[in-house]
Amino acid sequence: MSPSRPSDPPPADAPAPDSVARVVDHLFRRESGRLVAILTSRLGAEHLPLAEDVVQDALVRAMQVWPFTGVPANPSAWLLQTARNRAFDTLRRHRALTKNSPALAPLIEEAARDALAATPPQFEDEIADSQLRMMFACCPPGLPADAQVALVLKTLCGFGEREIAAAFLATEDAVAKKLVRARKFLRDARVSLELPPARELAPRLGSVLHALYLLFNEGYKASHGDTLLRADLCAEAIRLGELLTAHALGARPETHALLALMHLHAARLPARVADDGSLLLLAAQDRTRWDRTAIRRGLAHLGQSAAGERVTRYHLEAGLAAAHALAPSHEKTNWPHILELYDALLALDPTPIVALNRAIALAQVKGPDAGLRAIASLTNRRTLERYHLFHAVRGHLLEAAGRNAEAVAALQRAIELAVLPAEKNFLAQRKRRLL
Amino acid sequence: MSTPPAAPQFLLLFRHSQEGPDPTPAEMEQIMGKWMAWMKGMGARGQFAGANRLQETGRVLRGPGGQEVTDGPFAESKEIVGGYVIVTAPDLAAATAIARGCPGLDHGGTIVEVRPVEPLPPL
Repeated sequence: MSPSRPSDPPPADAPAPDSVARVVDHLFRRESGRLVAILTSRLGAEHLPLAEDVVQDALVRAMQVWPFTGVPANPSAWLLQTARNRAFDTLRRHRALTKNSPALAPLIEEAARDALAATPPQFEDEIADSQLRMMFACCPPGLPADAQVALVLKTLCGFGEREIAAAFLATEDAVAKKLVRARKFLRDARVSLELPPARELAPRLGSVLHALYLLFNEGYKASHGDTLLRADLCAEAIRLGELLTAHALGARPETHALLALMHLHAARLPARVADDGSLLLLAAQDRTRWDRTAIRRGLAHLGQSAAGERVTRYHLEAGLAAAHALAPSHEKTNWPHILELYDALLALDPTPIVALNRAIALAQVKGPDAGLRAIASLTNRRTLERYHLFHAVRGHLLEAAGRNAEAVAALQRAIELAVLPAEKNFLAQRKRRLL
Repeated sequence: MSTPPAAPQFLLLFRHSQEGPDPTPAEMEQIMGKWMAWMKGMGARGQFAGANRLQETGRVLRGPGGQEVTDGPFAESKEIVGGYVIVTAPDLAAATAIARGCPGLDHGGTIVEVRPVEPLPPL
């Protein structure tokens, strides 16, 4: 069971990302991913570690030099040039030792061509293309999904092992080991940087989309960690998703569905926290604080997602998010439609958490008693009973049914199981109201 | 012809350690941002009189006529001089206060050496 899915309604949402001014607005992180992708696609997949090393070196150099020289007019070109020269030197030294480095030839040619060219080379297309290749290379079917996500963050998003560890509540050491194993998998499976051929596209793309979905959920869930870092995870998942849709190979209906759900959920991020810092239920959120631009983008992708025959879980979850986004208020939400979507989602993914969410929608349509009966008849209750949301939902429905004493007991259990102080406070407030 | 006495200048010399784990790209960006803000601040307050970053190569000469030549920057310990800033300040205490703002002190174990520049007599 994964309590991290962004399906509605979440109990309470995470604090909104602070708008901390960043000097160059994630230039380093973004460039790290772009440059590793472009160098690896030029040098070959086997040179991924070299690409990562020289890009890191180039960033260190920029950090040391730019405060003195100022940021160059074209920082991306400066970094690429520096990293490429470093790769060039390393391979030349390597060749002097081994007399065998086929990867060197294209670099020499390219250096010569660049030297001759009067204008800087046009990188953008190549960079987008190489990132797309890298995305498929990082998510080969067979590699565990959490390893895919770690690899995407490290290689494509420029996250350090420390940051990945913080985002996933793991130790840095564990993340480092996971990355080593993931890279070994890529080597052993001879994963190439070729874009997948048409006959392999569906499973390969499915694997990429799933990794982006997990990446987004990790950022969206409110259970732990640094708010800014988590907002970055959401932003990266959306950025990579948009990159996919920009290419004929990735612009499939299910990609649009995934992007729709990500944008529509991200739209609510600014409204998830009250002025006093406490977390807000979907029902209590100030809908004027929802990000209209993100909603528009989400709905546009939702429209494009309808082109296919197949309805994926991304379609259904995007539909749920859209139903909330379009509702003028919690009361005026189209609950019957939401219930239908949950029925379909439950058929596709019969997990306790989906069943719990469906029970909430059912209670909205047919009253709290129907919701409570649905909860009572859930199979797998044992798993759910360790989950604070289960008790929070029961408490809410019991309260709505006027069974206050039972509601208090359920909320008390939810408070005991909740991890986040903000969630505990929120639940305690609800409980106090009933006493 | 007489020129007004020049304000005292101080050399802030940055010695960087080559050790320690690499910062992540996001951390590097932050560190760089702080350095830039520090430098800009000195400029805005009229304290900044020049700066250079030194490349991490070079030669070290010793002995009569520089017979003894070794490659690389001079590294007495594990730190090498990575760059310098010249600031204008009323006295050593004020220059030290400026130096205290160097972000390298908080990140990456930079050592800052503050040295008064000996005023030159008019030529």
